[in-house]
Order: sequence, then structure tokens, then C-alpha cells
Amino acid sequence: MGLQKISEKFQEIFKKIRGQSRLSESNMDAMLKEIRIALLEADVNYKVVKHFLDEVKEKAVGQDVLKKLNPSQMLVSIVQDELTSLLGGEDAPISLNKNKPTIFLMVGLQGSGKTTTSAKLAKFYKSKEKKKVLLGALDVYRPAAIEQLVTLGKQVSVDVFTEGKIDPVELAKHAKKKAYDEHYDVLILDTAGRLQIDDLLMNELKNIKKEIEPDYILLVVDAMSGQEASNVAISFNDALSLSGAIMSKFDSDARGGAALSIKYLTNLSIKFIGVGEKMDDLEQFHPDRMASRILGMGDILTLVEKAKEEIDEKEAKKMTRKMLEGEFNLNDMMQQMKQFNRLGSMSILRLIPGMPKISDEQKELAKREMKNFEVIISSMTEEERLNPEIIKNSRKLRIAKGSGKNVQDINRLLNKFNKTKDMMKQMKSLSKGGKFPPGFGGMNTPFH
Amino acid sequence: MGLFAYLKDKFRKKDNSSDKETKLYDDGLKKQRNELSSKMNDLAKKAKKVNSSYFEQLEEILIEADVGVNLTLSLIEETIECAKKKKIDEPKLINELLIDALLKRYYDDSFDNHDITFRDDRCTVVLICGVNGVGKTTSIAKLGYRYQKQGKKVCFIAADTFRAAAVEQLEEFANRLNVPIVKGDNEEDPSSVIYRGLDYAISHGIDLALIDTSGRLHNKDYLMRELGKINRVIQKRIGTSADESFLVLDASTGQNGLEQAKSFLNTLPLTGLIVTKMDGTSKGGIILAINQEFHLPVRFIGLGEKMEDLTIFNLDKFLYSLLKEVE
Repeated sequence: MGLQKISEKFQEIFKKIRGQSRLSESNMDAMLKEIRIALLEADVNYKVVKHFLDEVKEKAVGQDVLKKLNPSQMLVSIVQDELTSLLGGEDAPISLNKNKPTIFLMVGLQGSGKTTTSAKLAKFYKSKEKKKVLLGALDVYRPAAIEQLVTLGKQVSVDVFTEGKIDPVELAKHAKKKAYDEHYDVLILDTAGRLQIDDLLMNELKNIKKEIEPDYILLVVDAMSGQEASNVAISFNDALSLSGAIMSKFDSDARGGAALSIKYLTNLSIKFIGVGEKMDDLEQFHPDRMASRILGMGDILTLVEKAKEEIDEKEAKKMTRKMLEGEFNLNDMMQQMKQFNRLGSMSILRLIPGMPKISDEQKELAKREMKNFEVIISSMTEEERLNPEIIKNSRKLRIAKGSGKNVQDINRLLNKFNKTKDMMKQMKSLSKGGKFPPGFGGMNTPFH
Repeated sequence: MGLFAYLKDKFRKKDNSSDKETKLYDDGLKKQRNELSSKMNDLAKKAKKVNSSYFEQLEEILIEADVGVNLTLSLIEETIECAKKKKIDEPKLINELLIDALLKRYYDDSFDNHDITFRDDRCTVVLICGVNGVGKTTSIAKLGYRYQKQGKKVCFIAADTFRAAAVEQLEEFANRLNVPIVKGDNEEDPSSVIYRGLDYAISHGIDLALIDTSGRLHNKDYLMRELGKINRVIQKRIGTSADESFLVLDASTGQNGLEQAKSFLNTLPLTGLIVTKMDGTSKGGIILAINQEFHLPVRFIGLGEKMEDLTIFNLDKFLYSLLKEVE
């Protein structure tokens, strides 16, 4: 997952600063410097980094952090708050028209992933919202772009409007007419990739906009793009007054700096992220959840939603309640692992607090580790599973023998368990103390 | 004389009689040049004296060009030291010091920008790979066009059997150029397409076989393993890896380009980069960072949408076109 590396970096910096008994001006500066490098390495726009650090500094000075009882902890929480507000605190959901088709116009640079994203979006509305969806092929320039959309349309069982390579403005009008005549709920228009400095093609988009008045114009941005992504977003926004952005290729290991920057520089919110090659791999974007993912706090809400889709709901509810209440033991951990195995997708692990180190490419390793843990846990007594604190040296030796592992393996398991438990405690106290990022207030809603 | 002065001197003399390729660089890099040079010139004009904030602003210019934090910081440090040593404090001269420091990095690593060397004994095999959407297929078409014009017999091997209509896209180019194409069926193992393609190329006296592969994110193990298999199949058929294995990089790529290069290098014996979409506004600073870290030279550069707009990377021309308006 894209954010993993920046998340690790932040955790590292936080750990360092928490470890210091005293916070002085000089080690605060050192920390801010490290944060600066972490953000720049993640391709966060230079101006945004500057603004971010200025804000953090100002708040730290304003609150007289250095004189407070627990200065490092306070500084960490200031950074967390600022990061959340940088990503744009609230969700900005897309609402569909009730009595007429909702029209989406997808725009962006060449190769950003418009066609694939259009098809994924079509699938999203068709499968998740049960809408009647029409795709429109307006890319008359790239060879076989139309064929690509037609093929993808077939894959997701969505109708595709094509009329060959005529003027895209005419195509758009005809697609709109078809959508109205045949009572489609959603029309998604895929356009050709273009440079924001290509006046001719930008005018074409302006004309399409004028003629068909789309409800949403979405910019597709490659998550791996660098500093220029912000300028691209600004230019497209100036020309077309965009309604939002979709970040594609978020399943790369890019650190998502563009996502952080675009919101601040254009005030455009990110609506969706593309997280894989399959047609289902489009997720709605929740800025607050993303902030906690970046900060290594995991993303419980998305986890629960995923789990609900794939595990039976009762178990999911129980699991989540336990996680939130912090009464979490090794049985629960094993239960969890089994469920994840059943999900067949370890990618879900990135959403769990305390496990940010496990990522897609380590899938197999993690699977093996799980197997190991399972073997170890099976060699424990029920008492040990419920109260892992009691597992000291002699018990460790026994368990190691029983499971055919060595003591280090047992320690590794216990460490992981403690880390997960700590994280959960932290989440619990955060949600109680009202310190949680906005949006987490609704945390309990899925499990009333 | 500094490197920058040397470069200006070298090109200014023949700037009037500019050949076609120089013009291509000039036109393609116009936007970047305007922005880069006007930023630097403005900075020099406005600054009354050089202080730490001046260097901070220089730093900003480099970072915004995607040169990357580490390299930027080291370039700025070098400039500061050099300015101290030479007791230089005039903004314009400081800018020149920075550009020299930058140029030194480019030249130190001696970008090895030679053309493709053709083999006499069998067809020359070029493998094209990269992440999704960087312009692999288009680059193949442009390479095909380039060498066809030089009288080579070219064929395409369309091994992107994953992306919808990727084969059709290359096929359309093949028809336009009248170049033979060996293609895979949907979802066919790309390695088997390539094996057949190489068979075809060898038995038909083809000079240059260009292999198109699916876009793959460099952090997906299974896709990188697939690429490793492709490499092994090529080795099996022609006895060596492809004669050239190019990683295609979108010029707008940020620091993630480093991860891309690293991962593809781990899988394949890459021989260079093709940098596409340099005619946008991105400054492609990442290629400097990649060259510094992996010594992977840029071999071709895409400066526009037309078939002839993919050209051999010429460092002098590139740098001169990029920097010539810095005062």
C-alpha cells in the first residue's frame, strides 16, 4: 500500500521524539527537519510542506509546548492534527441525481488511468449501488482506446456507448441523449489523455462541459507522480472547475504525496483511490481514515467494512467490539488470523493497527508467519491464551518445545500481540478522549 | 571556465544553424526552460544579497523539478561551500555555481547515451517494460518508426496480454507502419507469445524485434516474477537476455521512480531508460536521481506526440535546451 513507507517514517520520528525525556528547541527543530524530508521524499508539494511545517511550529510555539509537562507527546499530537486537516477533514461523498442521469466526465494526463478507472467506477455504481450505468468512449485519439473501454465494459457488464472517431463534443452529446432516452442512472464519459498546456484539447473539454453540463468532472491522477501533479491539478481546475480527483495506482509503493498536496492547493477532495488491477479495486476515499493510516494508527473502519463484505457479520461485530474495548487475547488474535486467511487476501492487514509493516509484497512471508503463530498458539494452555502476560521463561521453553519452534519465535509472537494490543488501547483512549480525527465519531455506527 | 559557460559557448556558436534534433529539444523543453530559467533569473534579480533564504529558494526550485531531497540537499551544500571558498556572493554567480554543480553530477556519471547496436548474427531483441501508463506501447511504435526509416526490418511482439485492447493498440501502429506483428491471445502467457515472436523474427530475417510487455507495478512480486520468466524465456531462445532492456519512465514520475528502477533492475539486466512525455511541464529531475543512484543512463527521450518525437538522449542538447536562458 502506498502509504506504508511514509507511515513507517512517521512512526520512527514519533518514536524518537517520545523517547526523549526533554524537548528542547534544538531537538524540536531536528524533528521538524526529519518530517520535512519525509514529506518531500513522499512527493508532497514543496509549498505544502512549507505551509505544514509553519503551522506545526506556530502551534507549538503558541501552546508553549516546551514548558508543558509532556512536550513530546503534545508535539506529536499537533503533527497528527495538522496532517489530518491537510488531507481535508471530512468525506465529500458523491450524490447521484434522483430523476435524471448523473454524468461523470473523466479527465487527466496521458497514462494516468482514465479508461481503467472509468470502468472501475462503472462497476462500483453497478454492483454496490445497483445503478444502471452507461460508459461513453470519447477518446478518439489513442489507438484502440475505444476497444479498451468496450472490452472493460463487457468485463463489468456495463453498456458502452461508441460511435467511432467523430468529434468528441458530438459524441458526448449523443451519449447524454442515450442516457436520458434509455433512463440510465449514471453516465461515465472517458476522455482522451491530454497535457494541461495543450490549449486545443483543453478547449475541447471546455466545449464538452458547456454542451453536456456534467454533474461531476473528475481528474484522474497517478499516485506515483511527482511535484508537477499539483500544477496539473491546478491547471485542470482553472480550466474546468473540477469536482474532485481520483488517485490511480495507489497500490504502488508511492507515498501518496500528491494526494496530500492536491487537497491543500486546489481544495479538491479525493473521491476514490484505485488499489489494484481488478475491476473491484476502487475504494472510496476517506481523508480522516487516510490520515490515521499515514500515522500508522491503522484504519479500523475500512477494515470493518471489508470484513463485513467477506466474513459473517456477527463475527465481525464481535471482533471489532473486542478490538475497540481493548480486551483482546491470543484466542482473538488467532481467530482474527483465521478469518483473514479465509478472506484470501492479506492486503486487509494493512488496515490493522500495529501491523503496518505487512504489505502486499510480503504476502507470502506473512502467511507463513501466521502459520507459525497458529502452531505456537495451539501449544499454549487456555489460561496462557487468555492472559499472555503470564508467559515467562519456563512457559516459553515449554511452548517452544511443544510447537517445535524456538524461544525467539515465541517472543516474536508475544511482541506482535503486545503491539497490536497497545495500538488498540491507544485507539480506545483516543476515541474516548475526543482526540480522534473527525469522522471517527461515527465509529460505533456499524456495530450498534 | 565552468561547465555551464562551456556548454553555452559550445552551442551558442551554432545555435543559428540549429539542426532538426536541436530544434526538437528546444521545442519539447520550452515550458520547462521558461519556468526554470525565469525562476532562477527572478531570484537573482530580486535578491539584494545571498543569505540562507536565498539558498532555500534555490532548493525549492530543484525539489520542484523532482530532483529529490537528498540530491538537492547535497547540491546546495556543495554550492554553499564552493561559494565560500571562492568568496562569491553575487546571486547570478551563485546560480551559475549551482548549475555547474548540477552539470558535474550529470557528467560525472557519464550518461552512456549510445544508439542501439545491431547484431550481425541474428535479430536484435529489445524488451520494453515499465509501470502502467508510462507509454510503453507508444514508445515501441516510435522506435519501430525510427529504425524502419533507417532501413531496418522491424517486427513487434505484442506480449501485453493483460490490459484490455493493448494488443489492438500495438496492432494499429503495426498497420500504420506496415510492420509485422506477432500477438498473443487474451490472457495467453506473455512468455509463450514472446517465444513465438522470436521464432518468427529469427526465421524471417528481422533486424529488430521490439517486445511490448504489460504495465506492472514494481512492488507486485508476482508481476515481477512474470517479467523474470520473460527474461528466462528470451535467454532460452536467443542464448542471452534481450540485447537491450529498457525501462520506460514517465517524466512526471516523482521520487517513486527510484523504487521503480531498483525493482526492475533486480529482475532484469536493464540497459537504460526511455523517458516519455518530456514535452509536458514536468522537469524529469528524477532521471538525475536515478542516474546518481543506479547509473542507469537515459537512452531515449520522448519530446512530443509525433512518431519522430522519440529521439536518442543527448545530454548536451538536453541540458543546453533546459538551461540556456538562465542569465
